[in-house]
Amino acid sequence: MKNFQVFLGGILLIEVNNIEYIYPSGIKALDGINLKINNGEYVALMGENGAGKTTLIKHFNGLLKPTKGDVYINGINTKNESIAKLSRIVGIVFQNPDHQFFEENIEKEISFALRNFGFKEDIINKRIEWALNFMNLEKYRNQPPFLLSGGEKKRLALAIILSWNPEIIVLDEPTIGQDYIQKEKLMQLIIQLNTQGKTVIIATHDIEFVAESKPRVILLSKGKIIDDGPIEEVLTDIEKIKKCSLILPQVTQLMYNLSDLDFPRKIVSVEDAVKLILNKLEEK
Amino acid sequence: MSLFEGFKFKSIQSPIHELDPRVKLAISFSIFLISMMYIEIQISILLLIIQLPIAYTAKILKEWIKSLSSSLFLAAFVFFMNIGVSFFSSGYMLTIFDIYNALALSIRLITLFTAFSIFLLTTTPDELGLVMTSFHIPYDFTFAFIMAVRFVPVLVGELQTILDAQKSRGLEIEKGNLIKRIKNLIPVFIPLLVNVFRRSIELAEALEVKAFGASKKRTNFKELKMDLIDYILLIIIIIISIIAIYARFI
Repeated sequence: MKNFQVFLGGILLIEVNNIEYIYPSGIKALDGINLKINNGEYVALMGENGAGKTTLIKHFNGLLKPTKGDVYINGINTKNESIAKLSRIVGIVFQNPDHQFFEENIEKEISFALRNFGFKEDIINKRIEWALNFMNLEKYRNQPPFLLSGGEKKRLALAIILSWNPEIIVLDEPTIGQDYIQKEKLMQLIIQLNTQGKTVIIATHDIEFVAESKPRVILLSKGKIIDDGPIEEVLTDIEKIKKCSLILPQVTQLMYNLSDLDFPRKIVSVEDAVKLILNKLEEK
Repeated sequence: MSLFEGFKFKSIQSPIHELDPRVKLAISFSIFLISMMYIEIQISILLLIIQLPIAYTAKILKEWIKSLSSSLFLAAFVFFMNIGVSFFSSGYMLTIFDIYNALALSIRLITLFTAFSIFLLTTTPDELGLVMTSFHIPYDFTFAFIMAVRFVPVLVGELQTILDAQKSRGLEIEKGNLIKRIKNLIPVFIPLLVNVFRRSIELAEALEVKAFGASKKRTNFKELKMDLIDYILLIIIIIISIIAIYARFI
């Protein structure tokens, strides 16, 4: 915690310095990525399939080490630190929760990581209670994780990560296979964590989810960052959005179609659109 | 994991890839046969060198070298086992012949390894199935075999994903004493096993949907056909094999 840098007022947590990553098969997945993420930010990584989102995420806790360049987490170069130590700071929830469950019940499943990180027994019990409560999983505590439904498995995977209270929480495709209510709850949860000061990073294709929750957006395409900035700037740029195999958020599409009536195009949220339309109606 | 790289089919176009898979099998099998008959190191090395131009023409030289280097470990194991056995069984004595014998056996293993890696690197799992069908093996067995071959890379990929997930939960595979290390494998192998079962159920359902086994007589989209070059190569292989057998036994 000694050598953190101060950047634009916030504390610089993640610094990606011109990295390149080439898989052993020879595929270049990341090409010249530069990125700075501050403490307390909420960031969405967006891009087409195979753009390099997951590859980039895996650099944040050292699962992958860059072929060229450096990644610093809280001032620590990931090349010089173990994955376990980095995971204590960066909690990653992967896309498919089925790739990690192995214990006989949910309580033990949560305690696995806590034991790996060397927490004391009484703290482990408190953390399990807290995580089960927070993710609304108490009634399943003695059930095997394999019997949960898809949405519950995703919640358990998140509860596992939250249990050790990492500073940075990374979610890979959190909305896949979730119904609308679950998505809404997930969004509230992300906002809650973010207001508590956690840095949250999500990788997703779900443009409506992003448009509603208003993070800073980073667009990735073919291993390069093609845009990075506030959501109203990035998600309303039709050319760049197309490059990432995405389409504009519906509200933005509406505003594009209404632009003949002097409506601004850089709108992503329903509330802003409603306000503008109502104002226009009142004028007339 | 690099062990599998040397045996995984690579989809490229080359004269070797276009050969009839039965001819390719014959090449690998004749190398197998000859190296089993001759213990001489020169012959084993010759058989290894013969594979070089074949691998080069098939554009798989890199993968071939990979399978060679991954067989080195096994070869070293065979070498020291043989040395050890002859050392202890002959009353703590080692002759030049023992060392020669051990060396020959380990080089023979490398030859066999690489010979079949050429066959598997240039033959699609589907062609492999056609070869088995042409030998009148029941399709149920053929299909099970193809699926087993086909799913190896999928499982390797899945293993990597599981390892990543568990490492992100603080698991340190290579930490601790032997017992702790074996225990460390539980969080990796249970999810893998669960996924294998789940996948096999899905596969069975998919087969059911596609009416697998509905008709006794199957037709194939692709049929194996021997071209002139295939016949010429096959005759050359048979002649070489006969000469080798003749020189060895008669």
